[in-house]
Amino acid sequence: MEIINVVTAVASVGGMGVIFGGFLGYASKIFAIHVDPKVTEIQSVLPGANCGGCGFPGCSGCATAIAQGKAPVNACPVGGARVAALVGKIMGVDAAAVAPQVAFVKCNGTCTNAKSKYEYHGIEDCAFEAQLAGGGAKGCAYGCLGLGNCVKVCQFGALSIVDGVAVVDETKCVACGKCINACPKGLIQFKPKAQKTAVRCSSLDTGKEVMANCTTGCIACHICEKNCKFDAIHVINNLAVIDYSKCKDCGLCAMKCPKHAIKNERVEAMAAKKAAEEAAAAPAQTTNAQ
Amino acid sequence: MLTKLILILLAGVFVNNYILSQFLGICPFLGVSKKVETATGMGVAVIFVITLACAATYLVYYLILVPLHLEYLYTIAFILVIAALVQFVEMFIKKSSPSLYQALGVYLPLITTNCAVLGVAVSNMQKNYNFLESIVAGIGGAGGFTLAIILFAGIRERTEHNDIPKTFEGFPIALIGAGLMSVSFLGFSGLIKL
Repeated sequence: MEIINVVTAVASVGGMGVIFGGFLGYASKIFAIHVDPKVTEIQSVLPGANCGGCGFPGCSGCATAIAQGKAPVNACPVGGARVAALVGKIMGVDAAAVAPQVAFVKCNGTCTNAKSKYEYHGIEDCAFEAQLAGGGAKGCAYGCLGLGNCVKVCQFGALSIVDGVAVVDETKCVACGKCINACPKGLIQFKPKAQKTAVRCSSLDTGKEVMANCTTGCIACHICEKNCKFDAIHVINNLAVIDYSKCKDCGLCAMKCPKHAIKNERVEAMAAKKAAEEAAAAPAQTTNAQ
Repeated sequence: MLTKLILILLAGVFVNNYILSQFLGICPFLGVSKKVETATGMGVAVIFVITLACAATYLVYYLILVPLHLEYLYTIAFILVIAALVQFVEMFIKKSSPSLYQALGVYLPLITTNCAVLGVAVSNMQKNYNFLESIVAGIGGAGGFTLAIILFAGIRERTEHNDIPKTFEGFPIALIGAGLMSVSFLGFSGLIKL
């Protein structure tokens, strides 16, 4: 009798468990939702740190956006080229076709190049200084304030303030875009990593005003526009703008720019080499004279 | 009959409030009450689940446990039913109404561990309610839970930015607020005798 009680108890509760389990298993098939298999595949190759660097809510949000074609295969800044290649394989896209980007600071108004309206002794925060009269202490209302809001938000140590202006270390930059949002002046934007030519100025002032405040600002002289053989650089609203889809990175505009507002590493290297040769030649001449 | 149902409903909401009078379901009450918005989501999900759970546990108790003389197994059986039910409801909503699923979000699976659900089912059984009365008691109890958590979330939203002594910041002041709410609901006690 007592054993029968035990058996019925076990059998009824166990039976209920089995019935519910079977029912749930069956229901999960009936109510199965078609999830794009690419989403789960992409999510499995993403780093899974849920850092939000891509701008989507976590890695699953990023995976969904990539699968729907709303984000490029290299949307994950943390995973870099390796993850982009894996995601590209899942999506059937050649990851190399998507050019990697880096952040670039469109200002070269260093302490020596640019004038200041007044001395700023306040909170060490660009956004705070930018609210002050004239948009901060810098003579040019468009220039980098150099208090490093971008440096503070960069998790990869790619930004630093050099001589009063933020500079991106392209080897460390993963193009997460956090600095772009942090800059109150909107000075930072993406450019293709492979392209070495970039306009280091954001001033929309006329040439005369730029000349008064900065030795290296774009004065909208149109010389770059006239010299470009590929129709890739245009002066828009008093500022030279490069169209990277056309730019062949020849560096001619950088060479011709009278204010050296356009940066090109090869041109800079050539100029540095020339200067070094002249410097080496100069003492030689003096020794000859003696 | 109708009078009794209305009394059961009101008793569940005010007099025998599961949180403030019977101290059941305290974990979601404290955990999900930081914002009125999330508290409302939790409350709606709880109303949904408790009402269904009352019906399901009633059927399991009177169709399976009583005929087999296994009434003493009600706790484990009810937990089994509630867990399976919550899972099923989640699946069903995910399929039929993705917007409702998004709105309820994480609260739906959280309810599995809400002891108020089990509490309502057990109290229905102990009071020998019939099927309809069980469901009404479930709606009442869940309504009381929702009322309490939304009011409490409102209080917490306001106290958050108040000038509170350092030692009382965060949970201590929330618990004091919950205690005062409970004291105020004590005013309803004895209003309805069932």
